[in-house]
Amino acid sequence: MNAEALRIQWFILKTSIAERLAYRGDFALATLVRFLPIVTQIFLWGAIYGAFGDSPRGRLYGYSYGDMVAYSLLVMLGRAFSSMPGLTGGIARDIRDGTIKKFLTQPVELFDYLFWHRVAHKVVYYVVATGPFALVFWLCRGYFPAWPDALTLCGAIVSLGLAFFIGFYIEALMGLVAFWYLEVSSLVFVYMLLNYFLSGHMLPLDWLPQPYSNWILWLPFKYLAYVPAAILLNRYSHAAMLQELGLGVVWVLVLWQLNRWTLARGLHRYSAYGG
Amino acid sequence: MNSGYDSPMTAIVVESLAKTYQVVRKQPGWGGAWRSLFHRETATIQAVRGVSFRIERGEMVAFLGPNGAGKTTTLKLLAGLIYPSSGTATVLGYVPWKREHAYRKRFSLVMGQKNQLWWDLPAQESFALHREIYRLEQSQFEKRLDELTELLEVRKLVRQPVRDLSLGERMRMELIAALLHDPEVLLLDEPTIGLDVVSQRKVQGFLRHYQDQRQITVLLTSHYMKDVEALCSRAIIINEGEIKHDGPLAEIIDRLSSQKIIQLQFADGEVAEGLEQFGRISERVGPRVKIEVPRTRIPEVLSAMLARYQIEDVGVQERPLEDVIAEFFTTPQTAHAGVAS
Repeated sequence: MNAEALRIQWFILKTSIAERLAYRGDFALATLVRFLPIVTQIFLWGAIYGAFGDSPRGRLYGYSYGDMVAYSLLVMLGRAFSSMPGLTGGIARDIRDGTIKKFLTQPVELFDYLFWHRVAHKVVYYVVATGPFALVFWLCRGYFPAWPDALTLCGAIVSLGLAFFIGFYIEALMGLVAFWYLEVSSLVFVYMLLNYFLSGHMLPLDWLPQPYSNWILWLPFKYLAYVPAAILLNRYSHAAMLQELGLGVVWVLVLWQLNRWTLARGLHRYSAYGG
Repeated sequence: MNSGYDSPMTAIVVESLAKTYQVVRKQPGWGGAWRSLFHRETATIQAVRGVSFRIERGEMVAFLGPNGAGKTTTLKLLAGLIYPSSGTATVLGYVPWKREHAYRKRFSLVMGQKNQLWWDLPAQESFALHREIYRLEQSQFEKRLDELTELLEVRKLVRQPVRDLSLGERMRMELIAALLHDPEVLLLDEPTIGLDVVSQRKVQGFLRHYQDQRQITVLLTSHYMKDVEALCSRAIIINEGEIKHDGPLAEIIDRLSSQKIIQLQFADGEVAEGLEQFGRISERVGPRVKIEVPRTRIPEVLSAMLARYQIEDVGVQERPLEDVIAEFFTTPQTAHAGVAS
């Protein structure tokens, strides 16, 4: 990638950040409201452990109540990287109403726009959410195991990057489906449902019985929440972690290629609806 | 680059270009909705049917036709937004649908109802992003922006969010964004749609001045004949996907209109009776009247009127272009067989 391309991407990022900051009040409120589900989840796990464990300190499938609280918080961290609110719907809307034309007539790649726009979205989110995140993690610090070693920490950072890339490419791919089916909201709904279960958002994936856990663990969804959380909870050996990250990189490449292929096919089919 | 770029003076070459769409047809009501779940009836729409034309560099050409005639589809093909079903086209030697960046740097597409500016940001931010995307030198960019904002009278508005601008101001900002990189070809689709008269005139005046200065090639679609008359000397008329006329704007009236207008002012302050025998009365105000008369009968009718009535003033004029074109599009097409040149 040459310096000119990097400079353009930097400007797309800068402009996107400025755009994200245009509606400050709504954005700040939406960021804070996203913390509410984690509070209910902590209470829910307390109730479950109270009912099924010998006590709230008992264990379910190798997870104590404290492990579950830590897992839930780390899943929230992973999802802060992998969730892409509005991405699929936004791409579909641009295709449907013809707004996509501006990306197709300027000397710039559509994916550069989409990608850096999303990075801006995340950067602003992290800036606003870092304080509340830090506070919640500090309040729950007693539930976390000791700090992982340096290699595991690096692995966790890489896994968060993979969560972002995989989340981005899956949702962008669904948006590109709008070249064939203009309305994709049902697809998004099905995806959210599957994602909630298959990413480990609802339950840790190592709770699932054989043979389901075998094939679910080969899918890309686990990188959206489970893998970063499991790495930070020291549930992988170094070798297993590196293997997981390697498979994650393969998924990023596959999804990237799939996006490019779908875009090329979609543009062939595109009829520039909406005037 | 395409070898079909036959002359350095030719900007746009279109040969037998056609675009066909498949659209879904559904019966109305619950029954139709239910049936469409199991069986989708499709229809083939021939939006553009083998059109051919050439536009030389520096020409400003009007592309006219009723809604659904294929104008915008042709513009989308030339902008590389969509692929043709058949035929070829080159713009500045490039095949548009190959979407080469080198081509994208040399043309602009402005669609009156679509925004390329960032809605929530001041236009200045979109312009700065354009500077990077089109790799413009800072000094060149500033000079261009200064010139364009001055000409379009929006200098004070560039720091205001686009969403807070009026439609006319937004359109002028869109034009600036489209022209910052100094394109050689400008494709304009209804640039004055929805604008008030003042804004329309500003946009027209700007386009005329800009084209005079830069001699860029412009292909313009517009339903406002005032735009066309103010800006273009040549018109291509398209209807039902086919070209019906391609030639000087002035020829349209000669070719498509069999009528002229005789304007009379009566000396005694009242319009005389019995004028209907000469032609259709299109306007009657005070002592003045306008009568549409077959152009072949003009000398005969004028002589008869001057002999019979006390006339203070008389004039013969062409029918407004708008009326001629509207009539052309509403008359059954078989009546115009052989009109296309």
